[in-house]
Amino acid sequence: MKRQGIAEALRDGIAEEMTRDPAVFCIGEDIGVPGGWGGAFTVTLGLAEKFPGRIIDTPIAELGFTGMAVGAAMMGMRPIADMQYGDFLFLASDQLINNAAKMRYMSGGTVKVPMVMRAPIGATGRGSQHAQSMERYFTGVPGLKVVAVSNAYDAKGILKAAVRDDNPVMIFEHKLLYGSKGARAEPGAVDATSEIPDEDYVVPLDRAAVRREGKHVTILGWLLMTHYAMAAATLLAAEGIEAEVIDVRSLSPIDYDTIGASLRKTGRVIIVEEGPKTGGVSAEIAAGIMEHCSDSLMAPVVRVASPDVPVPFTPILENAYRPDVPRIVEAARRLAQN
Amino acid sequence: MTKSSSPAAAHDRAFALKFYEQMVLIREFEERVKFLFLEGTMPGTIHQCQGQEATAVGVCAALRSDDFITSTFRGHGHALAKGLTVQEMLDELFGATTGCCKGKGGSMHMGNMDKGMVPGIAIVAGGIPLAAGMALAFKLQRRPQVVACFFGDGAVAEGAFHEGVNMAAIWDLPVILVCENNLYGASTRIDKVMKNPRVSDRAASYGFRGETVDGNDVLTVYAAAQRAAEECRAGKGPVLLELLTYRRTGHSRRDACHYQAKDEREAWFARDPIERFAVQLLARGDVSQSDLDAIKADIDQQITTGVENAKQAPQPTLADLTTDVFA
Ligand SMILES: Cc1ncc(C[n+]2csc(CCOP(=O)(O)OP(=O)(O)O)c2C)c(N)n1
Ligand SMILES: [Mg+2]
Repeated sequence: MKRQGIAEALRDGIAEEMTRDPAVFCIGEDIGVPGGWGGAFTVTLGLAEKFPGRIIDTPIAELGFTGMAVGAAMMGMRPIADMQYGDFLFLASDQLINNAAKMRYMSGGTVKVPMVMRAPIGATGRGSQHAQSMERYFTGVPGLKVVAVSNAYDAKGILKAAVRDDNPVMIFEHKLLYGSKGARAEPGAVDATSEIPDEDYVVPLDRAAVRREGKHVTILGWLLMTHYAMAAATLLAAEGIEAEVIDVRSLSPIDYDTIGASLRKTGRVIIVEEGPKTGGVSAEIAAGIMEHCSDSLMAPVVRVASPDVPVPFTPILENAYRPDVPRIVEAARRLAQN
Repeated sequence: MTKSSSPAAAHDRAFALKFYEQMVLIREFEERVKFLFLEGTMPGTIHQCQGQEATAVGVCAALRSDDFITSTFRGHGHALAKGLTVQEMLDELFGATTGCCKGKGGSMHMGNMDKGMVPGIAIVAGGIPLAAGMALAFKLQRRPQVVACFFGDGAVAEGAFHEGVNMAAIWDLPVILVCENNLYGASTRIDKVMKNPRVSDRAASYGFRGETVDGNDVLTVYAAAQRAAEECRAGKGPVLLELLTYRRTGHSRRDACHYQAKDEREAWFARDPIERFAVQLLARGDVSQSDLDAIKADIDQQITTGVENAKQAPQPTLADLTTDVFA
């Protein structure tokens, strides 16, 4: 066992998969430059030296390297593509959505695209174009699996499961969760370290995780919002409201078994999402709850999300944009009384 | 690299000193901003342009006030050269409502349409098709304006470069494609990502003129930009201007540039655009070192006052969060 942050756990996970399977390689911008950074968030730091020729630095060409990952995957490789900031997925989305996601179906089940796309998201003082919550744009794409990791244990286990999966898998990571110390410290960074087992393990790509048990209200979140939900649950407990916190984790498909089991206990649910409310993943989850578990609901579904605006730069507005612990607490209080 | 062929003496004294003043303004602005970041008083992240002052100043000097520029994440120098004030920029960096984008843009999206600068576009190459579109509007409206589109060597690899440049070419659009080739895109050196590292060569394959000049010689840049602007205004655009330069500072806030070779850094530091221009100015005979010192002292004072004001500038209220989304 060792304690690691998300960046280190992903790094080890990638290294172990590359050691296990020669078909695995990494592709992206600034991921293996000598004297460089190992990607914008240090995830691949040192891997280029360990795996010569298998950490491929590309030109700034997201559509291009994503398409190359798709093509290489079709020919038997298992690429892990690195999108420096999730916002640039818009450039790569044609290859992801029109090619990677549909190739299996269009080919009548004859083609496999076993690729991974990793991308960091989150509002972090960088302004509107380096901040967006991108999950929403990919969760409705048939043929793509979408996961979001909120702690180091999951990050490593999900990365490994994604590499071994025969389908395109998108892994969303949060800039404020890579690490909260040293080079990775930035304002608002949260401790997402975990105890990491020495032995090989995977975390399934289609399961939510109950992070805290409670019987009065269920709070659903992912990425940074899982941590905020946990902090809110601690405060709520002090006033006698026992919140159950679920890390949705698998955003496509969504695990209604785990969510449903929780709702049968609590009958009340809050979905917390960083990102505009309209068209968010929380909208899909709310609709899914109505379809799968409306019998359990004792009150309408509540959402805590960002307003329908681009991410502002100025810290006062950015903090107001991002759902926070007080807003979750307030929503839970009101719902518990309902 | 083309050698400087335009000594400062060819220009009127005040005109030449203005170039110097603008470059020093950019340098000192950037140095102060860096200090404020390290000190922890300024929020966000920064991409700075120390060492590249001559490209911004030389190009913008060749433009008219109603011409436009588009810029990138590394836009502070472009903004100052296009006439944004120190105050509106510092206010923006401090997230104040008096900033050029009311604090909503920040460092990477600096701009002011009244001064002919589109808010910086932080998506690499994202400004190229957009600038071509602006130039298309000028052509359709028969307006005599031009757009100077700043981008880095890294942008050339993006699909947006090809698409935007090709359309600018086939429709002869008045856009000066200004590639600031500082040898690196983030940590990646151009020789790793370009088989032909001469960016201006690409122009010929699209059927228009490109040229590469010393981007650390402000008068050379100015002369090249003037030629380009004239051609664009005469309906003979676009022009691809490759300006060879070097970034003296990190790619962004915390970068220590370990990927840059020491001898390369030293060679380029010896070609600093401000120091070189100072030598040219002093050689004229009618400019003294104390003239140059006085310019710097004035600028330092201006920036100090600007910082004091920006720290007191009004911060937004929550009501501002949802304004400005739609026109
Ligand atoms: C589409 C896109 N991909 C990647 C990035 C991340 N990024 C920001 S700046 C940069 C390097 C840009 O290099 P260059 O165009 O040469 O400009 P310079 O930084 O040298 O001014 C990268 C990769 C981005 N902002 N946009
Ligand atoms: Mg560059």
